[in-house]
Amino acid sequence: MPIDRMNPFLPLSRRGLLKGAGATAALAAGAGLPNRLLAQEPIKVAAVYTVPVEQQWVSRIHKAANTAKERGDIEYVFSENTSNNDYERVMREYCEAGHKLILGEVFGVEEAARSVARDYPDVAFLMGSSFKEDAAVPNFAVFDNYIQDASYLTGIIAGAMTKSKNIGMVGGYPIPEVNRLMNAFMAGVKETAPETKFQVAFIGSWFDPPKAKETAFAQIDAGADIMYAERFGVSDAAKERNVLAIGNVIDTQADYPETVVVSALWHFEPTLDHAIAEVKAGTFKAADYGVYSFMKEGGCSVSPLGSFEGKVPEEAMKLVAEREAAIKAGSFTVEINDAEPKSS
Amino acid sequence: MEAFEILLTASFWVAAIRIASPLIFATMGELVCERAGVLNLGIEGIMTAGAFAGWLTVYAGGDLWTGVAVAAMVGALFGLLHAALTVPLGLSQHVVGIGITLLATSLTYFTYRIVLPEVTSPPKIEPFQPLPIPLLSEIPLVGPALFNQTPLTYLAFIAVALTAWVLYRTPLGLAVRAAGENPAAVEAQGLSVTGIRMGAVMAGSALMAVGGAFLTMSAFNSFFFQMIAGRGWICIALVVFGSWRPGKALLGAVLFAAFDAYQVRLQQLTGGMVPYQIFLMMPYVLSILALVLVARRATYPKALMIPYQKGER
Repeated sequence: MPIDRMNPFLPLSRRGLLKGAGATAALAAGAGLPNRLLAQEPIKVAAVYTVPVEQQWVSRIHKAANTAKERGDIEYVFSENTSNNDYERVMREYCEAGHKLILGEVFGVEEAARSVARDYPDVAFLMGSSFKEDAAVPNFAVFDNYIQDASYLTGIIAGAMTKSKNIGMVGGYPIPEVNRLMNAFMAGVKETAPETKFQVAFIGSWFDPPKAKETAFAQIDAGADIMYAERFGVSDAAKERNVLAIGNVIDTQADYPETVVVSALWHFEPTLDHAIAEVKAGTFKAADYGVYSFMKEGGCSVSPLGSFEGKVPEEAMKLVAEREAAIKAGSFTVEINDAEPKSS
Repeated sequence: MEAFEILLTASFWVAAIRIASPLIFATMGELVCERAGVLNLGIEGIMTAGAFAGWLTVYAGGDLWTGVAVAAMVGALFGLLHAALTVPLGLSQHVVGIGITLLATSLTYFTYRIVLPEVTSPPKIEPFQPLPIPLLSEIPLVGPALFNQTPLTYLAFIAVALTAWVLYRTPLGLAVRAAGENPAAVEAQGLSVTGIRMGAVMAGSALMAVGGAFLTMSAFNSFFFQMIAGRGWICIALVVFGSWRPGKALLGAVLFAAFDAYQVRLQQLTGGMVPYQIFLMMPYVLSILALVLVARRATYPKALMIPYQKGER
């Protein structure tokens, strides 16, 4: 065990690490048993997150990993809330501890993470990244939530539901993964309500729900009757002011049954399962796993209307069904546009 | 023109007062500490701890006011730690303050994860609801802004009045102010500088914690790790802006909040022509400008950041 384990500055990962240590011990004990079949050995997976696992984006990865764990495919440990300056060290610790697949998000540590991958060529890395795969680092694959298909379809519904033809959008930062979904959503809205005015604002933080809420209030004051809820806090403002909201990445309708019409859901399972299969087969290589978030791969979907069943105009739902079929069949492609969306 | 009309809408002023509320609490807290001669840089962490403690109390089944009380108590405890290190031991107030911030934020998150190991989305509570004050809330513009807020916002204004009254109208306040100006004089009166300073830091920290709790119990309904988001540091500047006077500090907090409420509304008007960062920056830039204009003539507590050792000459 690396001595670094004892480092008191280890960010909140102790629980995960303890689990990991326990798992290592259990594995060591189990290794002596002759009846243990090597082929069915679950893959040791470790994840390093820069935010708590409650954060929408990371929660989807966490969920998929837990599902795979319950299935018995992997052993799963994780460190959450790892700051970027600690990120590389935590990655290295997991590599040293014998984990075979490292998951995470390296948006703030792109180069450092790749240098770890170069040092551990036998470990597979599947990381959320703004960049593409690099043949020079063959064990480092990238992914991101390319759920523009679902965002586009929820946009069609939003366009049919807005009466004031004014939609508010509150985002954290205008980075590609945020922009892409906003742009696809806006493209969807234009299908059903081409004259819609968009109010776009960024709050410059991932975690400031009171600020997101205030920004949403301002947009509702300025006439928005549907809010695109990219951040926590936006749906709350919509609920208080009796306007509607469209969810993003996770389904929050249970918390806001009168507010959230529909959500564009991200499913990380296809991405992770593909990586697990590749690692098992020994064929893991540098690739862009972004495609496994596409709708035709099952990587994203439009949530059921739930409490809004029957309240969305039928032509809109028909168009959604039609486009969904076309997207899955490959005859319709939603444009991937990473440019910063602007108010109109 | 449209940009000006925003200032005449009630919802703008409602938002400004709402944004100001946590700042008012924490600014008063910092002001009390500094008037007694102790700079409390633990503010950011103490606010985080207060935000969490208040929210957790309610989540665990306590009522809202119990939550506020628990938040204040947790704040006072961190204040006690800060005071114990900086007052009798006379350690660097900068180092201790930053240390308290780091300790309080990490301890808060550690506790959060111990209490809630497996949650998929942050749990919610039923927060304070707006409580319109009869008749007064009917006044145009001022009514909704000042008299249709949650009880915690009213408490923030009461806290300002109380702070001002205690500081300037009571023997206790005189002793606190003297501890920050000329501690030897306090000693000469037969009072304990150590006791007064420690008490002031604890009381101030309790106020900061309630400011944090406002965010989780009134402005929003769940706890997020980084949700204080630098508000504590703003309050340090607001104390300077207010020349260490409660009334002026209140004005500063409202002004800052108004800038903030204004920028989110202005962001929507420009049609994306101006980068959003400019707007986010606006309240801070204006605060620095105001600070330059107002604070130049400010007289700070003479014994601020100077540890007092009994009998030392």
